[in-house]
Amino acid sequence: MWKYVVKRLLWMIPVLLGIAVVIFTIMYFCPGDPAAAILENSATPAAIEAKRVEMGLDRPYIVRLLDYLNQVFLHFDLGTSYFQNQSVMSGILYRLPYTVTIAVICMLLQILIGTPLGITAAVHQNGVADRICMVIALAGVSIPGFWLAMMLVLLFAVRLGWLPPYGVGGIQYFILPCIANAFAGIASQARQTRSSMLEVIRSDYIVTARAKGLSEREILYKHALPNALIPIITVVGNGMGMMLGGTVVIESVFSIPGIGMYTTSAINNRDYPVVMGGVLFLGALFSLIMLLVDVIYAYVDPRIKAQYEGQQKSFGRRKKANG
Amino acid sequence: MGKKGTPFIEVNNLKVHYTSEGRNIHAVNGVSFSLQKGETLGLVGETGAGKTTIAKSILRILPQPPAQVDSGEILLEGTDLLKLSDDEMRKIRGRRIAMIFQDPMTALNPVMRVGRQIAEGIALHEKISAKEAEKKAKRMLEMVGIPASRYRDYPHQFSGGMKQRVVIAMALSCNPDLLLADEPTTALDVTIQAQVLDIIKNLQKEMDTSMIMITHDLGIVAEVCDNVAVVYAGQIVEYGSREEIFDHPCHPYTIGLFGSLPDINSDVERLSPIMGMPPDPANLPSGCAFSPRCPYADERCKAAGVELTGIDGTHVCRCLHRDNEQVEKAARVTG
Repeated sequence: MWKYVVKRLLWMIPVLLGIAVVIFTIMYFCPGDPAAAILENSATPAAIEAKRVEMGLDRPYIVRLLDYLNQVFLHFDLGTSYFQNQSVMSGILYRLPYTVTIAVICMLLQILIGTPLGITAAVHQNGVADRICMVIALAGVSIPGFWLAMMLVLLFAVRLGWLPPYGVGGIQYFILPCIANAFAGIASQARQTRSSMLEVIRSDYIVTARAKGLSEREILYKHALPNALIPIITVVGNGMGMMLGGTVVIESVFSIPGIGMYTTSAINNRDYPVVMGGVLFLGALFSLIMLLVDVIYAYVDPRIKAQYEGQQKSFGRRKKANG
Repeated sequence: MGKKGTPFIEVNNLKVHYTSEGRNIHAVNGVSFSLQKGETLGLVGETGAGKTTIAKSILRILPQPPAQVDSGEILLEGTDLLKLSDDEMRKIRGRRIAMIFQDPMTALNPVMRVGRQIAEGIALHEKISAKEAEKKAKRMLEMVGIPASRYRDYPHQFSGGMKQRVVIAMALSCNPDLLLADEPTTALDVTIQAQVLDIIKNLQKEMDTSMIMITHDLGIVAEVCDNVAVVYAGQIVEYGSREEIFDHPCHPYTIGLFGSLPDINSDVERLSPIMGMPPDPANLPSGCAFSPRCPYADERCKAAGVELTGIDGTHVCRCLHRDNEQVEKAARVTG
């Protein structure tokens, strides 16, 4: 198992190299000139040209690409923002806690509310409980996050005055953004749990469990749910990855200085180091989460674990294990 | 039917239907039989004849809906299982009546250790500590020929035959009084079939368990069953002791079943299969369900349902033509 994890970690290097090349190329061909953006509007073409030389933007594509890769992968330096006098890494690390807090709270809400909703719906398939759960889920996937966010602000901040409408601070600042952001996740979690549970409930081994005399509750939680977990974990992992990328809409509605705001404003400003650094950072984070998801798979399903281990060890060992 | 005295389990006029896409599928249409303690009854018939539905009704594990038990009684030592509460029924499942399933590949929970799957039932019914249950589960594994050291293995680490042994160990772990074996060897290859059958037979004898053996394999019937019920389109068309059925088959369907088996003693070029297909259970023919395929069927057969009539001993048959000379001749040839 550890060998598998190490192998996957090593695989991240080529993946990140690929991401770096692609994002660098995209930014290179992007119209717009950071030199002009930095200088005043009244700057002469000659002054802009001088700035370009100073920033190294006049050099050919391949030289700049290799220079960037060298800087990132051999010196672990994501560079410095063109506009703020701050390294990209410290910019990301300053904003990361806000994004991570929202992402983790949303993930917990998604698991703690979405999963039971889905199980309830599956157990009472086509019944009243199922209909109610699925209407909630349908609302969740259809309602746009920004609309829900603004409605929540209107009600709880403006009208009732219970919670702050925007900004960051104590935990009360996170309540509305998290609810607005988690609703869609709860909904997709409920839908995935439902369909996954429905499939498992029809399996032969559930009939076996019932034939043993187990109660419906034991059948559900000891036999059905563990088998339904794989797709559920996938949804959680994907959602977590997406949310760590920063939820631009929620961040802008609530004025939260998160990763999403950081990268999108950098794109508008042609702040190349921030855009590329942000994308690379997210790529690394996403790869790690996917690795974590795959490791959890192995603990949930012994067949997947055997597969991972089979990739490392010779075939002979597995044959022996099979007797 | 059966011998004298109160039977251990008695099924009376059981009727079950499934609802599928608005159609009523009549899976079991008035099945009655009884079984004494320690005896084995074979339920024989084609795929879709309703054999598994009968077994699942006894254990009350039919998926409801779509299945619906319309009428009938299932008496276990006089208690009607169909009238028990869910809680009472749970105490019978696995403890007094256990089932061996047809497909060992899918009957085990793939993410639970096999030992735990066996111990789970033991701990539930015998109210003993987890440790003792584990000990007993290990003993059960050894009884079916699997080393106890494999207690902590997962189903995917076993072959099909070994999985079926685990299923058998699971079914027998609480010494049930009645074992429902639903084609326990169909999914296995021939060499393993014999082994698995031997295991079931020996354990059954050891524990004095009654058994209902569901199969379409007459060889298995000959080997393990005391009595045989031939099921066609959800009805018993012929019932009798093994000798009665094998020596004097009376129903044209039973005769047809024997005719479609290769016989080492007779010198025939081709087997004689039963022509045609089993009837659509959503649209059963009026009259005898076998009449569309029966070479002896006449107007009387198609007019109204045929009742079971006694022949001799326990032997009964659902056919109007059983005295017909042609039928008797066919029976002599194949029987």
